Amino acid sequence: MDFDLSEEQQLLRDVTRDVLSRNYDITRYNEIINGDLGWSRQVWGQLAEVGLLGLGFDPTEAGQIEIMVVMTEIGRRLAPEPVAQAALIPGGLLAEVGTDEQKKILDDVSAGTALLAFAHGEPRTRVTTGELETRAERNGDTWTVRGRKNPVLGGDSADKIIVTAALPDGGVGLYLVDGTATTRHPYRTFDGRRGAQIDLDSVPAEPLGGGGDAREPVARTVIRYQSALCAEAVGAMDEALRLTTAYLGERKQFGVPLKNFQTLTQRAADMYVSLELARSMNFYAAMSISDGRFDPVVAARAKLQIARSGTHIAQEAIQLHGGIGMTAEYPVGHYAARLTAINNTFGTADDQLRALTGEIGSYGTVSL
Amino acid sequence: MKLALSDEDAAFREDLRRIYTTEIPADIRERTREGELNYPDDLVISQRILNEHGLAVPTWPVEWGGKDWSPLRRQIWLDEMQLAGVPEPLAFNAKMVGPVIAQFGSQELKERFLPPTANIDIWWCQGFSEPEAGSDLASLRTTAVRDGDSYVINGQKTWTTLGQYADWIFLLARTNPEAPKKQAGISFLLARMDTPGITLRPIKLIDGSYEVNEVFFEDVRVPADQLVGEENQGWTYAKFLLGNERTGIARIGYTKLWMSQVKERAAQVRLNGATLLDDPLFAARVAEVENGLLALELTQMRVSGSEADGKPNPASSILKLRGSQLQQAATELFVEAAGPDALPFDAGDDIDVPTWAGEAAPRYLNFRKTSIFGGTNEIQRNIIASTILGL
Repeated sequence: MDFDLSEEQQLLRDVTRDVLSRNYDITRYNEIINGDLGWSRQVWGQLAEVGLLGLGFDPTEAGQIEIMVVMTEIGRRLAPEPVAQAALIPGGLLAEVGTDEQKKILDDVSAGTALLAFAHGEPRTRVTTGELETRAERNGDTWTVRGRKNPVLGGDSADKIIVTAALPDGGVGLYLVDGTATTRHPYRTFDGRRGAQIDLDSVPAEPLGGGGDAREPVARTVIRYQSALCAEAVGAMDEALRLTTAYLGERKQFGVPLKNFQTLTQRAADMYVSLELARSMNFYAAMSISDGRFDPVVAARAKLQIARSGTHIAQEAIQLHGGIGMTAEYPVGHYAARLTAINNTFGTADDQLRALTGEIGSYGTVSL
Repeated sequence: MKLALSDEDAAFREDLRRIYTTEIPADIRERTREGELNYPDDLVISQRILNEHGLAVPTWPVEWGGKDWSPLRRQIWLDEMQLAGVPEPLAFNAKMVGPVIAQFGSQELKERFLPPTANIDIWWCQGFSEPEAGSDLASLRTTAVRDGDSYVINGQKTWTTLGQYADWIFLLARTNPEAPKKQAGISFLLARMDTPGITLRPIKLIDGSYEVNEVFFEDVRVPADQLVGEENQGWTYAKFLLGNERTGIARIGYTKLWMSQVKERAAQVRLNGATLLDDPLFAARVAEVENGLLALELTQMRVSGSEADGKPNPASSILKLRGSQLQQAATELFVEAAGPDALPFDAGDDIDVPTWAGEAAPRYLNFRKTSIFGGTNEIQRNIIASTILGL
């Protein structure tokens, strides 16, 4: 058992931190998220240059720990680039099940010249477990898919979209669809990120890999996605707490710094407890995947803790700042928004609890 | 980063499991699980067996029975002990006075006290808190005045846990009332409980139990060779002791056992044609506490792994804070599961309620103590705010 990053992983962390902190402060952040694209192609290019956009495509080179390291820095700097959404997560799925021909696009993804998206969730559903309304239809040797996917994060700008669809004979298939072949309704999410509703009107679809039932790789992809979101959230929580403690030291009221008031410092201490519990569960999620254990229970455990801690830290960070925490020109509120959005992506706290309550009778003493 | 135990550590764990479950009598382990240990016998028997196997005081220096284990192995030692229902070695001996004597005591004190402390031939109790000195421990008023070869102690201690079984007490007393800082004039002394002038008065608690006491000192004459370390340096030793007390205080293994009992019992409570355990509302509370336990267990591994030089990490305040909250949450769930059956108290076998249900509310009330002792949770938050967050 070992909770330390290797030297290479520390280097990866430092490089990511360096690229992002060079590019983003709150002014730049507000400019970028209010632009058309919502993120910066220039930053994207830099991330590609340092080799971050292909992490995990070759599992012998990098895995979930590396993804965790990068996503934590994304969260810390609140970088709006869709690194997980448009590159690492759908790319990892393509790398796992795609044909050699299909995998060729991964070179472009790594180079930052092609964007992907994973289109799985459907309207008015919560955690998508396999009952999909989007259907795959066979016409001789070719396939089409028909249905509606929403929300698809990064779906607004994806060149290729990996779509899940119910197979005619049961099971879930994975299909590669051209972004331009779909009808896209792009939008901005409440935290300044980008997504789209993807309408699929019997569009041509290429089975990913050999085709057939892909429920297992889909489940693994969701687990990887959840782990990446947990890591991003931990980075965001870490920075939200840092901003808060710095503010308690700087801001004066009644002639003294706010940190003279125990009613505030006690609450900051509770935020620290929440952060460290979240960090532990984030490690648990990534280390499990890294050990080859793709367990939805582990993912639910981690994401539940991240939701509890993230909500607590987001709310308290704003409250301890006071009015300034409510403004768009100060970062802390943006962290709160991002943490809230992460909670509602791939399962809320209650969704995770629902998954866990289904298990509690199946063992006596809870264990890792 | 790696979650799995190494083969060596896994074998180490297996070995401990075997010793715990085969050497410690099953009835003692059962009583630990049910929270009804026979004091002092169960604890003495169990600790002596552990000591025979070199497992009573592994965290001490090697020459006094310690093991020089990695932090991870220390954690495994404790977790597996709790999960097996083995009572932990008496904290006053193993975690408090023993390490202080080993670290700061003279060779003579070590030889005189450490072996019987490890083997619980001496049962120690703690004389720190006073009626006017709780969280503000350094304001204590008990005095020790040097008179020839002895100290003469006057004053009062309180919250002395299990003092009714104790052979000896370790205490803090003011030896220099003129010291510039209140922390500076305090000494760490040892006294036999049967020394003339010491009287013990029980304090009855809200659950009807008797586990803590007041201890009065009236012209108690203690040989000067029962001073630990140097005169007036007691505060340093006390802080060392309190840091040790906080580690391992999370009691994650015991709370895990409780949660499995909560589930077992909730599965026997009928509710709307199913059982209480099937109820989503109750099940969600169970799942939430279980998840909290795993998050704290991982945090404990991270924290203990970073205590390289044996100094307690200030992050261990998380363990005290969160560990106490989870223990309290588990006791609340027993009360919830018991429902109306929680009401009869000590009502005898004729009353048709399960034993556990009758014990649920007293235990819940008793465990309100966990967020108060060992440094209140508010003190832990202050430690985090000042030491870690720099506030």
